[in-house]
Amino acid sequence: MANENIITIKNLTKRFPVGNGEFTALKEINLGFEKGEFAGIVGPSGSGKTTLLNIIGSLDSPSEGQAIVMGKRISELSHKESAMLRNKYIGFIFQVYNLLPVYTVYENVEFSLILQKIGAPERKKMVMEALEWVGLQDMANKKPSKLSGGEGQRVAIARAMVKKPMIVLADEPTANLDAKNAHAIMQTMKNLNKELKTTFLFSTHDEKVMSYLDRIIYLDDGKVVKDEMITHKTESR
Amino acid sequence: MKLAFQLAYKNLMGAGLRTWLNVIVLSFAFVLIIFYNGLIDGWNKQASVDGIKWEYGYGQLRHADYDPMDPFTLQDAHGVLPGASSQSLTPVLISQATIYPQGRMMSIALKGIDAKQATLKLPTNLLSESKADIPAIIGKRMATSLNLEVGEEILMRWRDKNGTFDAANITIAGIFDSHVPTIDAGQIWIPIDELWQMTGLENHATMYIAGAGYEYKAAPGWKFESQKSLLQELTDIIEMKKVSGSIMYGLLMTIALLAIFDTQVLSIFRRQREIGTYIAMGMTRWQVVSLFTMEGSMYSFMATILGAIYGIPLLLFLAWKGIGMPAASQEMGIIVADRIHPVYGLGLVLGTVLLVVAASTIVSFLPSRKIAKMNPIDALKGKLQ
Repeated sequence: MANENIITIKNLTKRFPVGNGEFTALKEINLGFEKGEFAGIVGPSGSGKTTLLNIIGSLDSPSEGQAIVMGKRISELSHKESAMLRNKYIGFIFQVYNLLPVYTVYENVEFSLILQKIGAPERKKMVMEALEWVGLQDMANKKPSKLSGGEGQRVAIARAMVKKPMIVLADEPTANLDAKNAHAIMQTMKNLNKELKTTFLFSTHDEKVMSYLDRIIYLDDGKVVKDEMITHKTESR
Repeated sequence: MKLAFQLAYKNLMGAGLRTWLNVIVLSFAFVLIIFYNGLIDGWNKQASVDGIKWEYGYGQLRHADYDPMDPFTLQDAHGVLPGASSQSLTPVLISQATIYPQGRMMSIALKGIDAKQATLKLPTNLLSESKADIPAIIGKRMATSLNLEVGEEILMRWRDKNGTFDAANITIAGIFDSHVPTIDAGQIWIPIDELWQMTGLENHATMYIAGAGYEYKAAPGWKFESQKSLLQELTDIIEMKKVSGSIMYGLLMTIALLAIFDTQVLSIFRRQREIGTYIAMGMTRWQVVSLFTMEGSMYSFMATILGAIYGIPLLLFLAWKGIGMPAASQEMGIIVADRIHPVYGLGLVLGTVLLVVAASTIVSFLPSRKIAKMNPIDALKGKLQ
């Protein structure tokens, strides 16, 4: 399993209609990600980072080429099949957390387990475990509006991780956080990556995030300009 | 479905006042529909019972020439039905006459009825108990319009079978109170034996009122109007009233449904990120459509519960107390009681619940369909217009 590619991108091109013409967001991208990677897609705004993440997350599909996630060709999936793929294998972490406002912390985290039709006792165990990972066991009954930015993003991590997905896609997860919270969040995700062997894929231009990554893919103008593995001098920060 | 129900409930509870405003208006429409239909059904039931008790019996066997809408037919519309006395039939002979109350002149329908009959609720026993030469009973409306009281005499002129005029004083032996205007206004009831003598039409009848045990057998020269067909005109009038009344609660329902529709449109616009998040977390688009539709439907479920909380005691109280009808309604020419007691049938309640639930589901579904066409990425960014 160690060298198994769970994400394969082959000659992927993505174009968007703009007025009467087209804008090419991604140009002939070729990438592969293995289980347990902690990688980031880095580049300036408009370089195509989020578009690539959206395609991997089956929220969008390529114009040309292939994106194969967990053995499924994204372009060939129906709405229902891509929903199943996301439900089963992919967790999302968003820049603005996107917590469901009328639900408590517990219910937000529980949501994806309900979609998976997991029984209530098992759900409770899994939710409390996920809240423990992010250190929010005591806030289970709070509403998102009562949480700080860092706490909100930790709930989002717990929500993404509770179903123990194979892949977590995090789009600018620290953009709305101060430095202290950003480091805490990244450390939490790094720990989970090590513990659960979940593949984390970030879209970022935040130096703080980059300092935690094991692999950085540089995108510019829709093209991969550099793909480097990072060797950290010390494992713990 | 269960998931959509749970989520919809949480979302509606989270929406607070907006939810309750919609629920209150919808519950009001819901209770009003049941009340108004119950009132009409109560009127229909009461009118049918009164019509049967006072006028129709179990049907009427009418002379073939008799047309109740045409008084000129009375001249010849009478005859003898062979074997009528052995059947459960009460003969009624109708003749035209003129009375002269306090110097005025008034045309009336003079009706002779068997004083010993028990088929109709008319107090004909007063006719047989009276010592007057020609005792008569009249209805309250007639008594009021002529300013007549029990024991008073009044001059009446009539024509016999040969067309010869005759006149005599009749004595008011009783005044009955009935909700049925067609046996009251412009009518005088006397014993049929008297009328036979007065007109020379011995054993003749214009029609026979059928009693409980009557079984219709075809009789030449006579036509049978069943109880159902006699009540049909009344039912038609009341149903018309129901239709015209439905405009009122239809408007109220429309306001409530528009509020739900509006709330849904606004909700879908405001909750784009939430919709995108649902899809990102693995819900299919149609699951999200179902969720939003369920939220709209749930307004009707909550309205049903709220409506039941205040509606059941209120409607039961009104059914027990009845609704007082204005005095003018007695002059409308159809059967209306002084107080109408609404009747709420199971069909009415279930039908109304289904109507409200179905209508709110449809108006919730219409805007929710937009979700199925949403681009989840734009939804997540809240970029949709």
